[in-house]
Amino acid sequence: MTATKMVSLTIEGRAVSVPEGTTILEAAKAAGVLVPHYCYHPGLPVAGVCRMCLVEVEKFPKLAPSCATAVGEGQVVHVYSEKALEARKGVLELLLINHPLDCPICDQAGECELQDYTFQEGRADSRYREPKRFNPVEDFGGDVLYVTNRCILCTRCVRFMDDVHEAPVLCVSERGDRAVISKAADADLTHPWAANVIDLCPVGALVSKDFLNKARAWELDRTASVCPGCSQGCNTVLETRDNVVVRMKPRPNEAVNHFYLCDVGRLDYQWLNRADRLESPKIRLHDVLSPVDWELAIAKAAEVLRGRRAYVVGSPHLSNEALFLLKRIVGTTSGEGVFRCATGPEAPLPGVEDLALRVDRAPNVRGAELLGFARRDDDLLGGLRSGDVLVVAGDALEGVDLRRAAEASAVIVIGTTLPAGLPVPAAVLPIANVAEEEGTFTNLRGRVQRFLQAKAAPGLARPSWYALADLATAVGAPSDDCGLPSRAFAALAASEPAFLGLSYDALGLRGAPVAGAEVAR
Amino acid sequence: MGYPHKSHPQETPVLSKHFGDPAARTLEGWKARGGYTALAQALTMAPTAIQDVVKASGLRGRGGAGFPTGLKWSFMKLEDGKPHYLCCNADESEPGTFKDREIMRWTPHALIEGVAIGAYAIGAETAYIYIRGEFSEPIRVMEAALAEARAAGVIGPNAMGSGKRIDIWVHKGAGAYICGEETALMNSIEGKRGNPRIKPPFPAVSGLFGQPTTINNVETLTAVPHILNNGAEWYKGMCLSSPKSTGSKLFSVCGNVAKPGNYEVVLGFPFKDFLYDLCGGPPAGRKFKAIIPGGSSVPVITIEEAEQVRMDYEGFLEVGTMLGSGGVIIFDDAQSMPRQLARLARFYAHESCAQCTQCREGTAWMTRILERIVAGQGTFEDLDTIFDLSESMTGKTICVLSDSCAAPVVSGIKKFRGEFEALITGRRSSTVAVGV
Amino acid sequence: MSHGPSAPAHGHGHGGDAAPYVPVFTEGSARRRELADLITRYPSKRAALLPALWMVQQDRGWISEDAMREIGEQLDCTAAYVKGVVTFYTMYHQHPVGRHFIQVCTTSPCLCAGADDVVKAFLEHTGCKELGLTSPDGKYTVIEVECLGACGFATPVQINEDYVECVTPEKVPGILAALGD
Repeated sequence: MTATKMVSLTIEGRAVSVPEGTTILEAAKAAGVLVPHYCYHPGLPVAGVCRMCLVEVEKFPKLAPSCATAVGEGQVVHVYSEKALEARKGVLELLLINHPLDCPICDQAGECELQDYTFQEGRADSRYREPKRFNPVEDFGGDVLYVTNRCILCTRCVRFMDDVHEAPVLCVSERGDRAVISKAADADLTHPWAANVIDLCPVGALVSKDFLNKARAWELDRTASVCPGCSQGCNTVLETRDNVVVRMKPRPNEAVNHFYLCDVGRLDYQWLNRADRLESPKIRLHDVLSPVDWELAIAKAAEVLRGRRAYVVGSPHLSNEALFLLKRIVGTTSGEGVFRCATGPEAPLPGVEDLALRVDRAPNVRGAELLGFARRDDDLLGGLRSGDVLVVAGDALEGVDLRRAAEASAVIVIGTTLPAGLPVPAAVLPIANVAEEEGTFTNLRGRVQRFLQAKAAPGLARPSWYALADLATAVGAPSDDCGLPSRAFAALAASEPAFLGLSYDALGLRGAPVAGAEVAR
Repeated sequence: MGYPHKSHPQETPVLSKHFGDPAARTLEGWKARGGYTALAQALTMAPTAIQDVVKASGLRGRGGAGFPTGLKWSFMKLEDGKPHYLCCNADESEPGTFKDREIMRWTPHALIEGVAIGAYAIGAETAYIYIRGEFSEPIRVMEAALAEARAAGVIGPNAMGSGKRIDIWVHKGAGAYICGEETALMNSIEGKRGNPRIKPPFPAVSGLFGQPTTINNVETLTAVPHILNNGAEWYKGMCLSSPKSTGSKLFSVCGNVAKPGNYEVVLGFPFKDFLYDLCGGPPAGRKFKAIIPGGSSVPVITIEEAEQVRMDYEGFLEVGTMLGSGGVIIFDDAQSMPRQLARLARFYAHESCAQCTQCREGTAWMTRILERIVAGQGTFEDLDTIFDLSESMTGKTICVLSDSCAAPVVSGIKKFRGEFEALITGRRSSTVAVGV
Repeated sequence: MSHGPSAPAHGHGHGGDAAPYVPVFTEGSARRRELADLITRYPSKRAALLPALWMVQQDRGWISEDAMREIGEQLDCTAAYVKGVVTFYTMYHQHPVGRHFIQVCTTSPCLCAGADDVVKAFLEHTGCKELGLTSPDGKYTVIEVECLGACGFATPVQINEDYVECVTPEKVPGILAALGD
């Protein structure tokens, strides 16, 4: 294999060396210079149509479109020279002449690249005196609304559907300034990854129906997280306002989901806000659940577990940290850990290698398996022996045959909601959901990824690792080493061979593979 | 020949010799007029030898760009083992230009012969003649002539018995000026929207269906058999001014002139004689005022400037315009330049493919400003805005459609500013609005 | 009414588009054979798209979304893709038009030779209320078009497929009469 030829050039006075064939725009990124652009996107084929990225290259007769021009040895490139600035100012002015300027009612306001660059380099006024072009809003189907008037014809949406989704259902229609994005009547944007066009749209032309008029971009707090929808583990941003999750968007990760998030994952965040939550620890008193404080609830749970085998129904929705602590409890009681996982059809994004909405619709199936939990999609309680303590952790048990639960000597529930149909539990420990605590998941390829806390848990609910560390200590598996999620993870990494060498620092916000992970991406 | 007029003695009818002669349309008729001897000869030569002859002749692209044809052909790597394509650009949509139509409807076999030689010279077995969809008569005539040529084995799997395959197909357009741009033309043949492509890659490297391709204009290819028949020296010798502009050219003359039509003269011909002698001067009672000499995409010149010009590539450059396609649009002193330029801008706005921001929005904005000025509601600031806009529209886009809109408008305002100012200050308004 | 750069370039129907679409490329049909033969001229099926659209327009008068779907199926592309192409090229009708589709060139070389008067004459004598609107009897649609490439023969008018040249307002009634029904 021949070594990659490197090319050295200067961009805005900074020397940079990049592989031959790199575009000037990408080389500028390497040099720490952002060339303003709209139609270019690293995940899409180059179009070169918006003309924002024109840069001045010394000795070139014309300005060069940096997204479509390969670097040349010794080039001297100016991104902020007068000529380049004038050219961009011209493009911005032209993009605004027919633009409706409805920022006050446009969802994109505050995260709009047209606003951003106009503020940075555009005109402060408009010279346009003619009637503006008008087209009605169009429902493209799925989660996507097309506000035609705002469209700058960058064609990112068309290129995404064509080349990444391999479903060419969008087109540019008409010519000249009559051009709009269009679709045929026979196909709506209901494809599994179609809503990504909303993220790709630099302006408010493609907007989410789900998010429509819900919140302003600057009101949102943003937290790095991982999608809990399936085992792909797409990196996400959870956006909250006043402790309510209002939107979930993809976070770029070259190794997992590139720039994308599937529609199922994207739109399934409402449950993170559900109000019918367990908010207080409870114990059974006179056959009825009564709220108590945490100490008492933990003590009661430990009491019923003494001398008994724990049959732990875990969940692939629990973090590695929580499952690790449950494993300690299983070990101390010589018990058994199981889990089940909902499934659904796989829906790949064809243009990206190894990216799909996965069959296993939970984020930590691999973690549960690595930590010794057996998968029992049918007959979840089948391994429960008479007299065991049934510990239900993180599973709401819908659709599960609960008759065997009667054989348990006691039931302990650790979760966000109380499963229906169980005998009255001896103790109930309320925990946080994925948006309300910190932890890690292991995706189907063995990649361990951190998720951070985006909002506060309700009432007295505690992070799962916190509650389980206390319980583990109480049943004789000392877990004072797990007083922080990072420490819980460190304990996990120290004792589980697959996780050896990993730490929160090593994981960062991009994740890292477990030992023996098959795809070292 | 200044068809539909009789050939003027000062014309040099090479390509237009048989315009108006229906008998020249048939295979037999063409052969009787010396046709297909060049192709027969070419098929015995090496492709590079043909390229050299064409190079030596000085033939330059007649579609508007004026690129040396032999040089363009030499960009095709003959031994690369890839399928090569020749595209003949018969999209002829440049306002003021109507020469290729005449070549096709009067001498279809002349074009077939030129295309066949060109295909062979660049190592192509397949050529497409892209004819604009409106040209139903030229399409009919070309299809009939091609059928004759195939039936007679002149073209096809064994062209003239040479063992070489030369397939020529007509591809009908559907109403888009921009498909005359070479990369848009290729996209159109491929069944796509006629969007121009970013260059590089250049067509000779990656063109039609991603393969090496050359695109030549109808008039360019039709000159090739004559060059082979009479020799490069003969063609080079047809030169009245700049040595870089050789051969004869069909100039399409239209607008306010006594005898509109196509005129074939040797390059370097004096424009003044051309306008007053050959074309018969202005209509009765009128005077020439302004001319756009290269098809509409070039700067406007005044009649005073025009009278100084030698009609070749360099000559028109000297007065700040271009020879372009040679479509000579003449405006007399009864025309309102603002009104005519507003309508011209509207043409470009209509034809913009919509890819580049400056073209898509700029051509339309420029048109609206001009129409408002024509309607008597313009301001002086509008003229400054147009000049500013033209800066954005020049040298910054994938193709030169926006440049082509800016060029005549800006030069027109500069040279006829008084007419614009009169409309702005309201001393006179154009009595008829643009359009209806 | 001004038909500036933002105005539609195509004609509009007066009803008449309620009839269900009749496929053009049915199995065993002549058009199917013609299309198959055409495809052999190109290394890709999609290159036959413009010719296929011409066939449908010739047979059905215009290109409906149903037609786009049929053509897409024949050439392995989506209806949306076909729509993008159809709407790009102004000669494809997106709605039914009058039996005689009258296209008058008004670009500058013809404009300065009096094309606007020719347009007015056609509108008057066809009974079409405005450009682009088909006459009530369904006979005529009149539109302005860009340069027809016959500038020396001003004013050229394309009626359906054919050119009529050197048209003046005085000639218009005779031209219309010659069209018949």
